[in-house]
Amino acid sequence: MTLAFIIDALITVVGVTTPILLAATGELVAEKSGVINLGVEGMMLIGAITAFAVAFDFGPDLGDAAPWVAVIAAALAGAASSMLFAVLALTLGSNQVATGLALTIFGIGLSSLIGAGYVGMTVPAFDSFFPERLTGDPVGRVVFGYSPLVYFALFMVFAVGWFLNRTRAGLVLRAVGENDISAHSIGYPVLRIRYAAIAFGGALAGIAGSYFSMVITPMWAEQMTAGRGWIALALVVFSGWRAGRLLLGAYFFGILMTLELYAKASGFSFLPSQFWAAMPYIMAVVVLAVISARGVAGSEAPSCLGRPFMPNA
Amino acid sequence: MRIRFEKRLTPSRFMLVATPIASVLLTMLLGAVIFELIGFDGPHAIYETFITPIVASYKWQDVLTKAAPLIIIALGLSLGNQAKIWNIGAEGQYIIGALTGAGVAFFLPNAQAFWIIPLMIAAGVFGGMVWAAVPALLKTRFRVSEVLSSLMLVYVALQVLNYLIGGPWKDPNGHNFPQTPPFTPAQLLPKVIPGTVVPPGFVVAIVLTLVFWILTTRSVYGFSVRTVGAAPSAARYGGFDASRTVWSTLMISGGMAGLAGILEAMSQLGQINLGFPSGYGFTAIIVSFLGRLHPIGVFLAGLILAVTYVGGQVAQTVVHVPQATAGIFQATMLFFILASDILVRYRLRFVRAGPVAKPATVGASA
Repeated sequence: MTLAFIIDALITVVGVTTPILLAATGELVAEKSGVINLGVEGMMLIGAITAFAVAFDFGPDLGDAAPWVAVIAAALAGAASSMLFAVLALTLGSNQVATGLALTIFGIGLSSLIGAGYVGMTVPAFDSFFPERLTGDPVGRVVFGYSPLVYFALFMVFAVGWFLNRTRAGLVLRAVGENDISAHSIGYPVLRIRYAAIAFGGALAGIAGSYFSMVITPMWAEQMTAGRGWIALALVVFSGWRAGRLLLGAYFFGILMTLELYAKASGFSFLPSQFWAAMPYIMAVVVLAVISARGVAGSEAPSCLGRPFMPNA
Repeated sequence: MRIRFEKRLTPSRFMLVATPIASVLLTMLLGAVIFELIGFDGPHAIYETFITPIVASYKWQDVLTKAAPLIIIALGLSLGNQAKIWNIGAEGQYIIGALTGAGVAFFLPNAQAFWIIPLMIAAGVFGGMVWAAVPALLKTRFRVSEVLSSLMLVYVALQVLNYLIGGPWKDPNGHNFPQTPPFTPAQLLPKVIPGTVVPPGFVVAIVLTLVFWILTTRSVYGFSVRTVGAAPSAARYGGFDASRTVWSTLMISGGMAGLAGILEAMSQLGQINLGFPSGYGFTAIIVSFLGRLHPIGVFLAGLILAVTYVGGQVAQTVVHVPQATAGIFQATMLFFILASDILVRYRLRFVRAGPVAKPATVGASA
């Protein structure tokens, strides 16, 4: 194994990990507030097509700012679509599993509808913004050679960890997720906090989606997120609802997905390529079982997760 | 003026029936407006999507063909949903069921006897059950959420399908296309029952609707499933075992999805190819909710969703609306039905603005 190979592999791992890390970090905040939003995959797709459409249509006018504007648009689109879920699940107290699923189906449909006109187009990739003398040599590339979104994802997971555990607002958010009735009775606006948490989750899912259409393959393809939104959901359970373990788990899955890519590319494989493609999902199930078998997952989940709360009723 | 929700003592039967109908009508209305806004003839597109498949008799066979798997899968899912067990991986069970059934055909290519068809169907049901047994085992043994585990297995099932039809089960005469050998005449069901427009799967759907109707409304088992969902602690005191409910509902819904898969393969495609996974397993979740988890409701909802599938294709060719709109319609319908759920359980009260009483009944009623 040469150094170049190891560096390539490292860069691939970071690349495939970033979107699931972003989406899972957003979902972690939503779940900590007591809401489970299964619409991650749909919100990611809406983010992916929004970023691509903005970059394609306005890119020439925006110049260097184009990818940044595109990613911000993806965040706004993700947050906006999450509000569909929020109105139903929070204000109208609907079943969260079904509502989240509806959002995913909606996101798949809406993104293909908008994306129909963009199939086959490309935009410039949203690559490293560091000067070339930093990214030139191999070691520099491992540190500086990524899209800004990679650093943003790492920053967000630390920021969310700090917010949840070290700030008063984070404490209130956790309280809402652990005991909505008590939080309400001492005067915290339970639903408003949950709305905000869902919007944050939607924004990060949107950015995660933009990573697919702006960084991995700077083009649009239907359902290009390929089920990674569901991996992000499993990742939250895997993490035991803790930011630190979320980061570890994301890289664990990232390594698995990289193995898949390398096994496919090298042609050298004693196992069929489909096995590697199924690997992240098989491992997600295995990992969920192992985590839950230790009896920790159940006790770590926010107590009000998935339960509607109707203060006006 | 502000709106208050008042909990009803018993769910409103009127709203239970009226809200799904209203959801469909609102979806049509919203669809027409949106089509207009994005530059299509809205009313025309809606007419082609929702009405043409019903009034044009040459579309009936298509509608019934699409309705059959949706109804069969959704009947099983509704039972689990009543117990608040969310099998959202029916698509995977549907695929594996079709594959196990096709496996029987593959390994017994020369079997001509009458028993090959029942054997294939039984294998299909069994395959679906095996695939659903994984989430059941993980939930009862390790408390793993069936929502995520069943869904992950959809992606695994897709890869199993890709592997088998492109590898060991590949048709040697298939010009290298990834597909299984075509079923022999002895392994096939007719596309429709001769002399009618009714596919055999739809007859199965009718029979199963009646079976599930009796099961849910007239049996102790149906009652125990509802109790586990509505009042888990009461169910425990009543001696209804929660983990047995997990197992039985997942086995039934997995078996039903497998059955739908093998029937579809035997009567429509005649083989398994890359086009087999069609998303019926996901759409059936919408059918289940639109049908209010009731077998008769599921039957009607399955027909409505089948109409939108067929009509979506009509609108695509006649009004040139994009294909993706069918999925948006289906999601919109589900959004409306979930939004209107509250009207079943709560009464809307318009209260005059004034000093607002502190909501004291929060927890107890929520």
